Amino acid sequence: MLKEAEIRTFIEGTTNYFETAGQQAASVGSPYLVTDGKPGTYEYTGVIGISGARKGIVYFTAPRGMLTVLLMRMQETDCSEDTIKDLVGEVANTISGNARRDFGKSFVISVPTVVAHEPEKITAPHQRAYVIPINWRAHSAKLVVCLE
Amino acid sequence: MDTGTAQSSLKLMIVDDSNIIRRRIERSQQIDRLEVVGAAANGRDAIDMFRRTNPDVVTMDLTMPEMDGIECVEQLVAINPNVLILVVSALADKATAVEAIEKGANGFLCKPFTDRQLNDALEELLREI
Repeated sequence: MLKEAEIRTFIEGTTNYFETAGQQAASVGSPYLVTDGKPGTYEYTGVIGISGARKGIVYFTAPRGMLTVLLMRMQETDCSEDTIKDLVGEVANTISGNARRDFGKSFVISVPTVVAHEPEKITAPHQRAYVIPINWRAHSAKLVVCLE
Repeated sequence: MDTGTAQSSLKLMIVDDSNIIRRRIERSQQIDRLEVVGAAANGRDAIDMFRRTNPDVVTMDLTMPEMDGIECVEQLVAINPNVLILVVSALADKATAVEAIEKGANGFLCKPFTDRQLNDALEELLREI
């Protein structure tokens, strides 16, 4: 179960990512709780396994359109499938890693696993997950936090 | 005038499992003062490449497959205590930054970063030469 302050950590990490890497602030909607184990995904998902003091997963999921624009904002000219996958994993890694500012070193993050076009391959370890909706330049994405 | 001859002889190795980040660092303005001699996607490959290319400066991610960046920093410094290492990582807790410095890193840049922040961090690192 996440505390409000812990959810705020992920919201701040998300807004900071888009403001810094994407050079434009994202609008983050009200987080909501999903209890059926199906928080939902877009085309590309970067999944970070969490171990140590907390256990579970954090994933960032976004459509190709958003990721392509984000790459362009980062001056990246290669928008191939491999680069899109690289980016979605890097976003998930960065937001999860930044959370250690508040969670501390015992919040151990894995290297990202990227799932593309096969949402059924993403299995939440718990039924309960918090979804943070993200809107950026007319695109929507989600950060999903599923921790014990 | 600048001291281009000495500065341009500095060799840089970039270590990060993200190709996007490796290319961003290659595009840095400070790169004019550096020659990229290699890029590695994990700590193990970085050590092999380090032995082959003997870089003066290394940018080092921490969360990577095969061997993480902290262990890699320790091994690189053991090979060449004079190497300058800038850790570029998303791990934002103070304990990790302190550990990286204690193992021999010379600077820490937190992801995500702007081009300006990257340039400033590299510039500060190069002042140590």
